[in-house]
Amino acid sequence: MEYTARTLLGAAALSLLASTAFAETLTIATVNNGDMIRMQGLTDDFTEKTGHEVEWVTLEENVLRQRVTTDITTKGGAFDIMTIGMYETPIWGKNGWLVPLDGLSADYDVDDLLPAMRAGLSHDGTLFAAPFYGESSMIMYRTDLMEKAGLEMPDAPTWQFIREAAAAMTDRDNDINGICLRGKAGWGEGGAFITVTGNSFGARWFDEDWNAQFDQPEWAEALNFFIDMMKESGPAGYATNGFNENLSLFQQGRCGMWIDATVAASFVTNPSDSTVADKVGFALAPNSEGVDKRSNWLWAWALAIPAGTQKADAAKEFIEWATSKGYIELVAENEGWANVPPGARTSLYENPNYKDIPFAKMTLQSILAADPNNPTVKPVPYVGIQFVAIPEFAGIGTEVSQEFSAAYAGQQSVEEALAKAQALTNDAMEAAGYR
Amino acid sequence: MATQHSRSAARFMMAPAVFLLLVWMLVPLTMTLFFSFKKYLPLRGDSMANGLEWVGFANYVRFVGSSSFWPSIQATLVIVGGVLVVTIVLGVLLAMLLDQPMWGQGIVRILVIAPFFVMPTVSALVWKNMFMDPNNGLLAYLWKAFGGTPVEWLSQAALPSLIMIVSWQWLPFATLILLTAIQSLDSEQLEAAEMDGAPVLKRFWFIILPHLSRAITIVILIQTIFLLSIFAEIFVTTGGAFGTKTLTYLIFQRVLESQNVGLGSAGGVYAIILANIVALFLMRIVGKNLDA
Amino acid sequence: MARAVTNNRKAINTGLAWLIGLLIFFPILWTFLTSFKTEAQAINDPPLFLFFDWTLENYAVVQERSDYLRFLWNSIIIAGGSTLLGIVIAVPAAWSMAFVPSRRTKDVLLWMLSTKMLPAVGVLYPIYLLFIQLGLLDTRIGLTIVLMLINLPIIVWMLYTYFREIPAEILEAARMDGASLREEILYVLTPMAVPGIASTILLNFILAWNEAFWTLNLTAANAAPLTAFIASYSSPEGLFYAKLSAASTMAIAPILILGWFSQKQLVRGLTFGAVK
Repeated sequence: MEYTARTLLGAAALSLLASTAFAETLTIATVNNGDMIRMQGLTDDFTEKTGHEVEWVTLEENVLRQRVTTDITTKGGAFDIMTIGMYETPIWGKNGWLVPLDGLSADYDVDDLLPAMRAGLSHDGTLFAAPFYGESSMIMYRTDLMEKAGLEMPDAPTWQFIREAAAAMTDRDNDINGICLRGKAGWGEGGAFITVTGNSFGARWFDEDWNAQFDQPEWAEALNFFIDMMKESGPAGYATNGFNENLSLFQQGRCGMWIDATVAASFVTNPSDSTVADKVGFALAPNSEGVDKRSNWLWAWALAIPAGTQKADAAKEFIEWATSKGYIELVAENEGWANVPPGARTSLYENPNYKDIPFAKMTLQSILAADPNNPTVKPVPYVGIQFVAIPEFAGIGTEVSQEFSAAYAGQQSVEEALAKAQALTNDAMEAAGYR
Repeated sequence: MATQHSRSAARFMMAPAVFLLLVWMLVPLTMTLFFSFKKYLPLRGDSMANGLEWVGFANYVRFVGSSSFWPSIQATLVIVGGVLVVTIVLGVLLAMLLDQPMWGQGIVRILVIAPFFVMPTVSALVWKNMFMDPNNGLLAYLWKAFGGTPVEWLSQAALPSLIMIVSWQWLPFATLILLTAIQSLDSEQLEAAEMDGAPVLKRFWFIILPHLSRAITIVILIQTIFLLSIFAEIFVTTGGAFGTKTLTYLIFQRVLESQNVGLGSAGGVYAIILANIVALFLMRIVGKNLDA
Repeated sequence: MARAVTNNRKAINTGLAWLIGLLIFFPILWTFLTSFKTEAQAINDPPLFLFFDWTLENYAVVQERSDYLRFLWNSIIIAGGSTLLGIVIAVPAAWSMAFVPSRRTKDVLLWMLSTKMLPAVGVLYPIYLLFIQLGLLDTRIGLTIVLMLINLPIIVWMLYTYFREIPAEILEAARMDGASLREEILYVLTPMAVPGIASTILLNFILAWNEAFWTLNLTAANAAPLTAFIASYSSPEGLFYAKLSAASTMAIAPILILGWFSQKQLVRGLTFGAVK
């Protein structure tokens, strides 16, 4: 009874929209991740409902960032909707470059967005981008290899346990590496990973006066630990491995453990791509013994409307469609529950259909454990866990992670890498007027 | 003899090309110079509309003061020089081989020139993923098949790998120009030298190489122009890590990754200066060789 | 008297040349082969050469995801348009440099080449702002103009070297016969320069086709050519070598085929005056 009433209401609202609004053509810039590709395939559903057409500009992550940033800072207006992340949203929102996402329909239920995601995509309490999917990071491990090593993975392990387990699982003759982690240069790749690792060893990027902290012992400890562990149990050439390379290694059964984005869980448990789909367990990202911060990050890919677009209303309709509960159901219908965009809505984790998904619980726990306002043991002047939410960070983070990658590859010592990181970070912060 | 009339007509006909290139050079150049003296951080809300703060030579000082500056000049010169050496040496050898009588010469030529048509992005992607990946790359399988440990090409030998990828793309160009030059060599002269019993090396050194000098100059000139600004290959393969950050890439990092347009523009001015030094140097040789 | 070449020596040459040719071509061949494999076969250990189940699935997936023909069409328009526009502007300039040289000619020529050395990334912001002002962002005409300007120096220079090889006496004879300047260019000069012009067109078409900085940064949905098409397949989530190969093949196949069919013209003219 109630159901039909709501459908009727919805239909009425839609027909009202369709009759009042012009049919527009929206240009949407997005990243070439699996969930977005799926969204492209389902665009017809949106066009059917609203009459608006969609033109996709799909680019790989680095090119996309460069492209949308140029466009937004110059007010180019090439796109009606941009896919951006938790790093860009608050900065752009603060500059007034994004259309505030207020006045969303009751049906959209904005309060259903996970609080961590909503907070990370807002500036001063105003939502500027709607999360398409969200993620934290966690441990994915091979249950069979763990058993063979005679160990048992706790729900919340320490780095010391991980290192021990990695060494026990490593079997070089059979091409099995105990642990696969990101070493690739780039702030969103290895930079993100080493930053959260640093957090879990008590390190931080800046002190409260924006002085770089790479000369502090916590960083040396974290970096040395990471490099030693990877030497013992990591794959060849890990200094150039990013998310993609590790995903492929894990799917081929060549990693005992992999600590990375929670969204990867659906890829490694998908039998059509993964040779180890039925042997994967999950655990919280580790911390160093005695350190009160875990190494899990928080990220969301979100849809935002650049200020100045002529088509803000139609763009808002699209965002409501793509990040709605209805969209999740649409994907579930077409591709199964394991493939719906995760980590954005509370209701998804209360949905009985989703409870059976093996990685659902740990994903939610990891997301809930992440606190962007309080990322480190010692106090910091910035927001963000695996990044520092200031405009200069993308540049600094990439350069610092390039120095670290050179240390992973054995081209310089940890001390050299840290000294260079310290110098270049302070220099860049000076250039930006912080110090 | 050119009359006064044809002289003015000539000037008139040159005008569009000269004018367009002048605009194409001057407008960005002026703007780059303008920005290089300004504090321009777009992500901090600086924009032309709001007016930009004049900072004098601060950007210039900072750009050179960065620990990345001199390594980037070095990387630029190593890559340009490396690719020039590889393509010219292999190009001369290949051109001489292709000049010999053989079966299926046309098809071989087609095979050899093919890389020149491949987009730099595609070639970088293919080399990086399908050949140089230390786990799934073809070269890793090859190494393992012979009992070796796979080389981590793009981290442990990043510069040589990059030089190899770029050389692969430009070898066809060098080969073609050198081949045309060799084909124009007077074969009677060579035969005479052969009859006189001049050894192969001598023939190469005293007859073939001097004949090719003009073609080699052309190859150097054209390739240098393109190589100074290679970008896609670095962007795709190493992202500037492991000592492959060229001056062009450093400017990219400053402008687009750090979003510091003033600093990047100062870098742009340095790049123009470097390009002009190289150009001057080249023109010395080319001027002498092209003097026809 | 032709040199006597033994079949033996010819066989050695042939073998060596084919070996090197195949080696140079191999990365392209491998990409082509991989595009017909499944993703699992693409990273199979040991690598699979010819004996796998050939599938067209990757091409189907790529086509379904992105409208290939639209990117292709943009590439053709932009590369073709910029080349033709460049030729139209460059022919008169090259003519006057070649036949009415002044003391400055060589300087002008080298200055033109030096404009190519301006690093593109350094001027992205100025050009982007300019494009917004002029309403050229994400338009084919805007990209056509930019690529024309980028390649104009090369075009002028190539044409200049061809024109110089044409004996001036012929032109003077035509002039004696009362040919106007226009007729001189149209009926005397151009036919003699056709091979040179053809190879100039080809080379610049290739350069414009492969240009990947401006074409990527100044376009969105409307004018995006194949360089943008490939940017949506590089580094996706996971290693999709087979799909990457299919997309790569689709991006380079048209220009490769064109290049092969016209290689005689390209090679004949590609001398830059290196041959005297």
